[in-house]
Amino acid sequence: MKRNVLWIFLLAGAIIAAPLAPVALAQDKGSIYIPLLVYRTGPYAPSGIPNANGFNDYFNLINERDGGINGVKIVFEECEMQYDTKQGVECYERLKGKAVVVNPFSTGITYQLIPKAPVDKIVMHSMGYGMTAAADGRWFAWVFNFPMTYWSQASAFIKYVGAQEGGMDKLKGKKIVHVYHNSPYGREANPTLEVLARQLGFELTLLAVDHPGQEQKSTWLQIRRINPDWIYLSGWGVMNQVAVKEAAAIGYKMDHLVGNWWSGSESDVVAAGDGAKGFRSMTFHAAGPGFKVHQEIVKYLYDKGKGAQKKEAIGEVYHNRGMINAMLNTEAIRTAMAKYGNKPLTGEQVRWGFENLNLTEQRLEQIGMKGMMQPLRVTCENHESNGKAAVQQWDGKKWTLVSDWIEPMREVVRPNLEVAAVEEAKKLGYTMRDCSKE
Amino acid sequence: MVGVFYAVLVAPFKDMAGSPAFLVEVLIGGLFAGLMYSLVALGFVLIFKASGVFNFAQGVMVLFAALTLVGLMERGVPVVIALVLTMGVMVVLAFAIERIVLRPLVNQEHIILFMATIGLTFFLEGFGEMVWGANVKKLDVGIPDRSFIVRGVQINELELTAALTAAILVTVLAVFFQRTRIGRALRAVADDHEAALSLGIPLKTIWVIVWSVAGIVAIVAGIMWGAKSGVQFSLSLIALKSLPVLILGGFTSVPGAIVGGLIIGVGEKLAEVYWGPLVGGAIENWFAYVMALAFLLFRPQGLFGERIIERV
Amino acid sequence: MIYREAGQFKTTYASDQAIFPIVQDRVVVLLAILAVFLVPPLAANEYWLQAVLIPFLIYSLAATGLNLLTGYAGQLSLGTGGFMAVGAYSAFKLTTAFPQINIIGVFLISGLIAAGVGLLFGIPSLRIKGFYLAVATLASQFFLIWLFNKVPWFVNYASSGTITAPDRAVFGVLVTGPNSTAPMRYLMALGFVAVFALIAKNLVRGRIGRSWMAIRDRDIAAEIIGVNPLRTKLLAFGISSFYCGIAGAEFVFLYLGSAETLAFDINVSFLVLFMVIIGGLGSILGSFLGAAFIVLVPIFLTNAPHLIGLPLPVALLKQIELMVFGALIIFFLIVEPHGLARLWQITKEKLRLWPFPH
Repeated sequence: MKRNVLWIFLLAGAIIAAPLAPVALAQDKGSIYIPLLVYRTGPYAPSGIPNANGFNDYFNLINERDGGINGVKIVFEECEMQYDTKQGVECYERLKGKAVVVNPFSTGITYQLIPKAPVDKIVMHSMGYGMTAAADGRWFAWVFNFPMTYWSQASAFIKYVGAQEGGMDKLKGKKIVHVYHNSPYGREANPTLEVLARQLGFELTLLAVDHPGQEQKSTWLQIRRINPDWIYLSGWGVMNQVAVKEAAAIGYKMDHLVGNWWSGSESDVVAAGDGAKGFRSMTFHAAGPGFKVHQEIVKYLYDKGKGAQKKEAIGEVYHNRGMINAMLNTEAIRTAMAKYGNKPLTGEQVRWGFENLNLTEQRLEQIGMKGMMQPLRVTCENHESNGKAAVQQWDGKKWTLVSDWIEPMREVVRPNLEVAAVEEAKKLGYTMRDCSKE
Repeated sequence: MVGVFYAVLVAPFKDMAGSPAFLVEVLIGGLFAGLMYSLVALGFVLIFKASGVFNFAQGVMVLFAALTLVGLMERGVPVVIALVLTMGVMVVLAFAIERIVLRPLVNQEHIILFMATIGLTFFLEGFGEMVWGANVKKLDVGIPDRSFIVRGVQINELELTAALTAAILVTVLAVFFQRTRIGRALRAVADDHEAALSLGIPLKTIWVIVWSVAGIVAIVAGIMWGAKSGVQFSLSLIALKSLPVLILGGFTSVPGAIVGGLIIGVGEKLAEVYWGPLVGGAIENWFAYVMALAFLLFRPQGLFGERIIERV
Repeated sequence: MIYREAGQFKTTYASDQAIFPIVQDRVVVLLAILAVFLVPPLAANEYWLQAVLIPFLIYSLAATGLNLLTGYAGQLSLGTGGFMAVGAYSAFKLTTAFPQINIIGVFLISGLIAAGVGLLFGIPSLRIKGFYLAVATLASQFFLIWLFNKVPWFVNYASSGTITAPDRAVFGVLVTGPNSTAPMRYLMALGFVAVFALIAKNLVRGRIGRSWMAIRDRDIAAEIIGVNPLRTKLLAFGISSFYCGIAGAEFVFLYLGSAETLAFDINVSFLVLFMVIIGGLGSILGSFLGAAFIVLVPIFLTNAPHLIGLPLPVALLKQIELMVFGALIIFFLIVEPHGLARLWQITKEKLRLWPFPH
């Protein structure tokens, strides 16, 4: 008993002392530091693992092949947050010391960190997730969500459906169901879909699925009864796998089931097996390992044993997405360096880089991502950029693009976005910037 | 006001009567879902019955069992051998739990044991993920998964198989408890540890047996649920959905787990399909608990649970 | 030798009934309180304050509330997350609708609202007991979270579905909102915890606490001797929810800054229950020790490999962390099933005699 008590005291002492030494990686003088919030464990790990590997691969490629961004090495460090808000905040607070940009992942963590961005002078890049309203850069100078937001994605989905049906006028009277995760993330697409339903005359049914979405029988029974023409799926984690399986089980025509870009990856079709063939999803980039950048990472990393994962996993949807995310960060920093010089930059300078990012077709070709992504341009007012979406389809073995690049209905989305931005900014006490003066 | 009354009390029933085939589908869907919950609840009941421990780790045991099975199959072990090996793993786990967790805490209050199973949950979560990885894995033990239509009602083979398995499992367990010597010993231990000890019933062996059987039930539950969603972390969250089944059926009753499951499953689905749209949907989760709560108010020990006799 | 109690006589009943009857105890505690108010705001860095101390204080308050209900009154409840959510959302609605009310007042009123909700959901406890009650309180947890998800009025119709803490000041100093500083928020949390922990301690030493403990130990016997079970149990639920409601409001206003309903889901309920059990049921100090354990151990486990210089991949690290956490819980339960508070009590008793063995 006495020995136990002694151990307990030692342990208690160690535990109390631990947070006294929050450790960030040793910094050498000429480098840029980017902390990576990853979720390699926990309920969303199947998506988090390839995503984190994509980041690792691209940053390592830049360091190995080019010696860094214009000679300035990228120092990055992973912090496991399990997609949990509390742990994400803890990771951020521990690693924010020298960081210039953070990709928060998880809508919850993004909302936590948005108010801190201007105070800590760190750029928040919430690529295709997070607070849609932050796309109005006049209010949210430090938050970027290019290449597209959820609202634009929903409008792109409707445009795709219209194209498939033979014209937007053919949408009148059609039945569209939105199966969504019962959380702010899942509900993001609803306002846009409702507006478009009124405008275009299609019948919209909204079906919420309770977290975590392991059991969806009642949802899909209702869908069987409604027998919709198209289903839009805004799920996450296990909800996606079960949704795809249930859709296959009720015999729904899978090529009319379209997931949003967080509901269409290799892990989402695993459970349904062959039944998932034909399942489609929105995306803003191509999947597959057939692009020049993949050859580069094989040549410079995987052949030397420095790859982040198994070779077969190169080109998976989330792996490509992680690489693109890393690429956008890199190019933004490069843009900033063009103005401020090839040295380790501050948060302010990197922010300027993000806001003036102009990713052209030629640049994409130089990077080796021609055809994998569309060119985009970020402006002060538009932190969403003019990115485009596309639709990909699962054929049982891989995801391939089955549509052209779709321009979202900006004239529908932008006015509502601006209203929402005013609301959200008011809560944080922001003032509007005047972009013409910058 | 009348509109609300109508919408809540009349319209859903008219809806049900209007499309009876659909109503049958909802009922069958509910029954099957309920049986799936019962599979998990059975594990809880077994352990509570024999040792008075509310095993919070049951959900993680389901996940761990499924992970082990799939992990072995992925490495090329044929299905049947993988099943046997997994059962072996669960037995070893039972031994370990009894030795490391239960024996040192033998006479403690129930809530302490409950907390210990929580520690076990964290441990198994980390361990399972560390050994087998965090990816979604497809579980394919050869159960057919087609849907066919019978008189306008769609029935899914996988769910039918799950229902049959649950029925067989319950029957086997019921026979086990009622007819065999070990079953009687289990019931004696559940009644009173010390009295059973004084009769010479080996407590430790009984506990290992019970946790092993619960582990095997976890394998079955893991297979059924894993086939539906792929084997991944969220499997451990099913335990939360089967808690209402437990309280409705009673913590100590095997048939109660089944009956409770059926009632919860049907009630849940009916509520979600017919009343859910009125309030925007996704009411399943809390409705199951409210239903169980309502039952409890009339029978505080659950439908089939042991009557709680209190002495001053 | 340290605890020379010789010569400390009590001449009044009041002094005999003091919380800390031994002078050494009193001095140490006063010094500790002073240190806790002065040192961290001045010396600690933002990580330490923001990610460790503030959540610790908030969870301590919630754990104290749950300890009153589960540890002292014996009603096992898993609805803590839901009640915290009620506190958070009512504080948000109140302060956005009536910005002129002082934020302290807002917290107190939202605590009262949470207490009301807690009273309502505590009614089943009159009929249901033990683990059944725990599962029944889950009904309140899931229902409340569903309600806040579903009704947009609670988030002031924001499209993001989240509530954000606005800038509010106390005596001219910003204590909540994006422009407030971590030391100020820490002091605010500390102030609330200090006051309410004292209140809780006195509650449990008095008539109400004794009636709770009577219900916990033998509720039928308690009823026979005149303790009204209805009033006692509902009072326990009400007061406990009051504490949890304020903790919930603090959770959003002082710690996270903005939150969606996922921040109050079932995991929070379980977490607070773990804190109470590990810390010690039926002990106010236990709530603090348990909260410290649950908040600090994961952070320690995440940082430890860095400190030793062991470069493990983050996923493996997290998995080992989970395993060690689980193992630690089991270890502590085996060593001292009555929680860390009991360990502390034994230590103090030994200290009183040291260096003598008995």
